[in-house]
Parts: sequence; C-alpha cells; structure tokens
Amino acid sequence: MTPDSQRFLMIGAGLFILGAIGFLTRRNLILMVLSAELMLHGVSLTLVTFGRMHQTQEGQAFTIFTLTVAACEAGLALSLVLALYRKSQSLDIRLWSELREADAPSPLSDEMPENIDLADPYENIPKLTPAGVVPGNQTRSSTSTGATSSART
Amino acid sequence: MSDDIQHVVLWLIPAAPLISAIITALLGPKLLRYKSHLPCWSAIAVSFVCSMILLLKVLPSVEPTLVTTGQAATKGMDPDALAATAKVSQVVASGYEWFSVGSMQVNVELRADSITAIMLCMVTGVSLLVSMFGSGYMSHDPGYPRFFAAVSMFVFSMCMLLLSGSFALLFVFWEAVGLCSYLLIGFWFQKPSAAAAAKKAFVVNRIGDFGLIMGIFLIWMNFGSLDFIKVLGDSARIAAVESANPGIIQLICFCLFLGAMGKSAQFPLQVWLPDAMEGPTPVSALIHAATMVTAGIYLVARCTPLFVLAPLAQLTVSGIGAATAAIAALTALTQTDLKRVLAYSTVSQLGFMFMALGCGAAGAELVTPAVTAGMFHLFTHAFFKALLFLAAGSVMHAMGDVIDMRRFSGLKHALPITHWTFLVGAAALAGVPLLAGFWSKDDILAVLAAASRGKEEYRVFFGVIRVVAVAAAFLTAFYTFRAYFMTFWGPEKFPEEAGHHPHEATTIMAWPLRILAFCAALIGLAVGPTHLFANRLQQTMGLTPVTDQHLHWDIMAVSSVIAIAGIGFAWMLYVASPKIPAAIATTMKPLYLLSQGKFFLDEVLYWVVVAPLNGLAMLCTVIDRCLIDGIVDSLGTIPKAMSDYPRKLHSGVVSSYAGFMWAGFVTAVVLVLVMF
Repeated sequence: MTPDSQRFLMIGAGLFILGAIGFLTRRNLILMVLSAELMLHGVSLTLVTFGRMHQTQEGQAFTIFTLTVAACEAGLALSLVLALYRKSQSLDIRLWSELREADAPSPLSDEMPENIDLADPYENIPKLTPAGVVPGNQTRSSTSTGATSSART
Repeated sequence: MSDDIQHVVLWLIPAAPLISAIITALLGPKLLRYKSHLPCWSAIAVSFVCSMILLLKVLPSVEPTLVTTGQAATKGMDPDALAATAKVSQVVASGYEWFSVGSMQVNVELRADSITAIMLCMVTGVSLLVSMFGSGYMSHDPGYPRFFAAVSMFVFSMCMLLLSGSFALLFVFWEAVGLCSYLLIGFWFQKPSAAAAAKKAFVVNRIGDFGLIMGIFLIWMNFGSLDFIKVLGDSARIAAVESANPGIIQLICFCLFLGAMGKSAQFPLQVWLPDAMEGPTPVSALIHAATMVTAGIYLVARCTPLFVLAPLAQLTVSGIGAATAAIAALTALTQTDLKRVLAYSTVSQLGFMFMALGCGAAGAELVTPAVTAGMFHLFTHAFFKALLFLAAGSVMHAMGDVIDMRRFSGLKHALPITHWTFLVGAAALAGVPLLAGFWSKDDILAVLAAASRGKEEYRVFFGVIRVVAVAAAFLTAFYTFRAYFMTFWGPEKFPEEAGHHPHEATTIMAWPLRILAFCAALIGLAVGPTHLFANRLQQTMGLTPVTDQHLHWDIMAVSSVIAIAGIGFAWMLYVASPKIPAAIATTMKPLYLLSQGKFFLDEVLYWVVVAPLNGLAMLCTVIDRCLIDGIVDSLGTIPKAMSDYPRKLHSGVVSSYAGFMWAGFVTAVVLVLVMF
C-alpha cells in the first residue's frame, strides 16, 4: 500500500464518518441529505482508491455508476424534502414522527412554532443561507439564519 | 325405443328444472323479473312430458330383468315363495363417477323403475300446476324470481332423489330437498316467525337425517355397496348378511325409518310441518303436502326387501304411523288456522301411509298389498292435498292474507271457484265414495283388516291399529268438513284486510284448481279399481305382482259410512247448531286445551331436548369464557411483556433509527471480521 493510497483511504473513511455523524446528529432535512451524500462520496473515494491499488477498472467504473445513481437519488431526496416542507413549513425531521408507539412522547419540544403561515407557500420555499456578496451591494451579508436553524423564524 | 332416446328422456327429467333454476337464479333478478315463471313452467312441463313418456312408453318397452324378490329370503316360512322371482323393468342411465374412496365407488347414475316413474309423474304434474298457481299467487312479490328459482331447484332435487340409483346419491338429494324446503319456508325471511320455522324444519330434519346416514353406513359396512340393485335386488345376499350378523337388517331398517320419520313428519318429529306453513301457500301445497314429505314413504317402500326381514321395524312403522295419524287428527280438530288444519291432516295422512307400509309384518303375502296401498294413498293424497292447499291459498289471497277461520265465513258466494274446488278436495280427503281418497283409504283399511287376521302374534297389534285407523278416518272427515263449513258456510263475513269486495282467484290461479279438482275427483276411480296403479307399481324390486286383486265391498261400505258420518257430524256441529262446539269446549276443557295446544309436544320437546341442550351450551360457554379463554389470554401476555422494553425504541425519531441501524451494521461487520 502506497502512502498515497493510505491517505486517500483515510480521507474516504473520514468523509464517511463525518457524514454518519452529521446524519445522526442533524435535525435539518437538507443537511441530513447532504450528510448522506457525504457518506456516499466517502465510499466512492474508497472505491476509486482500491481500483487504483489493484490496477483494475472496476472501482472507477463502479464509481461512475454510483455517482449517476447518487445524482438521481439527490434529486429525489430534495424533491421529497420540498414536499415535506410544503406540508409543514419546516425542515425539522422531528415533525415527521407519527409512526411511533402510541405512548411514546413526541420528540417535538416547545421550541417549535405554534402557527405556521400557509398564506403563500412559494414565498416560504427553503433557501440555503445566502453566501458571498449580494450583487450590487458591497457590504457583506450578515444574515446567518442558515438552514441549520431548522425552523423558519 | 333405442337406448339413446331412453337415456335422453331420463336425463331430461332432472336436467330441465336444473337449467331453469340456474337461468332464473342468474338472470331472474335483473332481466326476467316478473317473467321468471316462464323458464320454470317450461322446464317442469318438459320434465312432466318426459316422465309420462318414461312411464307409458319406455318402461313397458324395456325387457324385464329377472330379480329374485325379498320374499325368497324368508326361508322356511313359505316354501313356495322361496322360488319366487319377479320381472322388474328398469332403465339405468350412467353418468360419471362422482368419487371413489378406497373400495367405495359412487357413480352419478339415474335409475328408473315403476315406482320411480309413478312418483315422477305425480311430482312433476303437481309441480307444474302449483308453479302456475304460484305465478298468480306470488305476483307483486318482490321475491318473485327467487321463488321460481327455488321451486325449480326443488323439482330438480326431488326428481334426482327419485331417480338416484344408490343410497349415496339418494342421501345427497334428500338433503337438497331439505335445503329447498328451508329456503322456501323462510321465503319471507323478514318475518321472524318464518325464519324460526325454517330453522326448526331444518334442525328437526337433521335428527332424521342422522338416522338415515347411520343406516347408509350400516348398509355400506354389511353389503359393501350402496347400489340399489346390489343391495335390494339380491335376496340371497340380504339373507347372507342377516345370517352373518343377526339383527343387523333390523337395525338398518330402524335407522332408515328414523330418516323417513324426519322427512315425513312422523311422531315425535312432526312438530316442524305445521310451522312450515309460514312459507308461501304454493310451497305448502307442493313441498309440505304433495311431494317432499312423501320422500319418507318412498324410502320405506323402496327398501321393502330389507323391511320384510325386520318384522319389529315394520311393527314400529305401523305403530308410529298410527300414533301420528291419531295425534295429528285430534290436534286438527281444534285448530283455527285453515292452513294448519290442512298441515295436521297431511301429517295424519302420512301416518296412514306408514300404517299400511308396516302391514307386511303380518305375513309375507301382505307385503305387496301393503306397499301398494301406502303408495296409492301417497299418489291420490298428492292431488287432493295440493288442491286443498291451493284452494286455501286462494282464500288467503282473497282475504288479504288472513287465514284464521274465525275471522271469515260464508265465502261460498264470494269465491265460487275456490268453494267448489275446495269442496271436491275436502270430499276426496274425507273419503266420500268414488273420489280419490276413498279408493286409497279403502285399500289401507283393507290391508289393515287383512293384517289383523294375519300372523297369530301380531293380531292384537294390528287390531288396535285398525281401530285407530278407522277412528282417524272418521276424524279426518270431521275436521276437513269442519274447516269447510267454517270457511264457506254461515253468515258472510270478511276481515277488514280483504276490503269490501274479496276477489275470486284469477285465471292463472283458477285453472290449476280446476285441473286438480278434476284429478282429485277421478284419478282414484281411473287407476284404483281398474288395478292400473297396482299392476304398474308391482313391477318394482321387492314386490310380487298380485294376481287375485279384488275390491273389498265390505270395507268400502264401512268407510263410506264413516266418511258420511264424519261429514254429517261436522254439519250438525258447525251448520245446524253452531252453539254446540263452544259448549263441548267448555265442558271438556282439559281435552280441548290438549288438542288446541297441539298436545303440547312443542313444549315437551322444548323441556326434554332443547332446554337441557341450552343448559349444556351455557355450561360450555362458561368453561370457554373462564377456563379456555383465561389460559389463552394469559399466554397472550407473555409476548406483550417481552416486547415492552424493545417497544420503547420505536420512538419516531429518525436519527435514533439511523443510529440503531448504524450500530447494527457495525456489530455485523465486527462479527464478520472476528469470525472469518
């Protein structure tokens, strides 16, 4: 095993673990999707590395397939997220816990908003935090209501 | 006539009503509606024509086959009878093998001989007339297609019952006619009384059917076959079975007779028949007077070769018949429901038939006259009893479904056709000379008289039976004309349900009445004293043609006097001085109440049979609820206790699910790495 390969494998494992941790700890739907993607790509990187180590094409070819499928899956996942958002006006995963035992406590805590304004759902489509410089405005955007703060305030 | 045509004729008899039943059941409710009677009529007409062809054309043309008769088996009693053989003409049409289990093989096979053909003509003829009447009677009923589908089904089952060539097939259609009877008694199933009556008929018949199937099992165990020809046609074999296992024939006969008692409503199982009057009146006429209830008589007559070897069973047949005839006649005296009077009279007449069938015990030479008399009464009874029921139906139709005789009277001017047809039927039932019932009842009384002069040890028994028969014949004349006078004579009175102008039977209802009245009046004269019926019937297995047939003038004179006396007595009590019956009822209150309460047989059966069984059922319920359910329920708590903790994991939090999945995956990977 070359040191190169070792590093690539370590990065792959690191990506996978970061993704796993992110998936388990985040409550925001979009970030969970991103975390899952992260895990997927950690695995892809490992595959490519193994292909390179063994001087075969399967790893690469397989990764191409994986990426294709991952693209579709990401599209599906985001459209599901959008559909869920339209229903609840929120990206919090804890809102979707109907299928629990009847006597289990709701995972929702008091921090959740009581009323959700359904007037114009298209206004409320989730957006990632604007980043970078707003065109035509030289001052840096200071808004930081990122997608991480799950609820729209 | 070639074999093929014979077989077509034979198969058409049951097939036509079956096709009609299927067509009416499938298309009736949506397509045919109030034309549902058309397939039924045409199918039964086809069956009737085929039956007539079978009786008049096919059977006389068949080469008779030699069959040794049952009398040959009574060895030692009559040396001449030992060699007795009879020529039996029969037609057999094989269908297909229905099933075969081990050495048992049951074929669907039609078999017709004289007794079958006679019964078939009677059944299909009466069914045709009753279905015509029914289309008038049932018009405007929402269940019109259902009625005709069930009637077609019944005719099919009854024809198959008569045509079946083995006990197995007979049993199947024995049950099928019971089912049709159930469906038709409970035709107006919205009425609780009709539903209860249908259930009662079904349950009481089960008791009889238990006996029948036990008898069939015994026949199978001892004869190794269920085929009529193999079981009944070979007297040497019957004798061999009896000598190998003494008393077994006796037992078989008792079992078969139990079946006949259920179907033919004999004491103490007769309780279902009066209740069966809840069904539409054409059904009462067809099933519960003319055809289905006579299946028991047919079974006993068919099994004559077995019954001749079982004198005790024959005595029981006669005894039960006499008891039934007497009890039913006494009950009919005080009933006020016109249809119930007729129902009890049916029970009583069936008792008469059984009385005659059992007379063979008094001597081997009496077997054939006994069966002939019983079957002849069955034949004539079908016509006049169907007529009486249809006329009662016509009264009911006119009176707005009121059937209580106390609420109407003097109908003879309002319903002239019904009146004179009912009169003919009543006179035939009472045994007025020259009408149908006179000839057959006379035959029965003659056979009983001969039996009371027969074997030494049974003389007293048959003497008693004979007295009961004469008394029952007198009562028959009396209660029939009591019903007639109460309905058609006296001051004209209509119930308010009838409106002011009761309407006479429509054309479609009047013609069957006229035809049946014609038959009831003349059929006895046509086939009785001319011996047409007897000669044809006696070509059946187990019967020997009797050559020295003669008319019994002395008995005829006695029975005429009895009939006229009964009618005169009824006239005296219900027309001349109508105050007497009430006076009699008050002076002999206990007897009156006994008769009015139908001898409290329903109540007795309730307390002796139903109540203990109810108690047992309640005990079972308690055991089931407390013991069995307790054990099962406590077993059920174990999985619940086991799942109580893991259940908490099912929290609805997606992240925790993902965490468990992750942990499980890691565990699996570690395990794989460690183990391999």
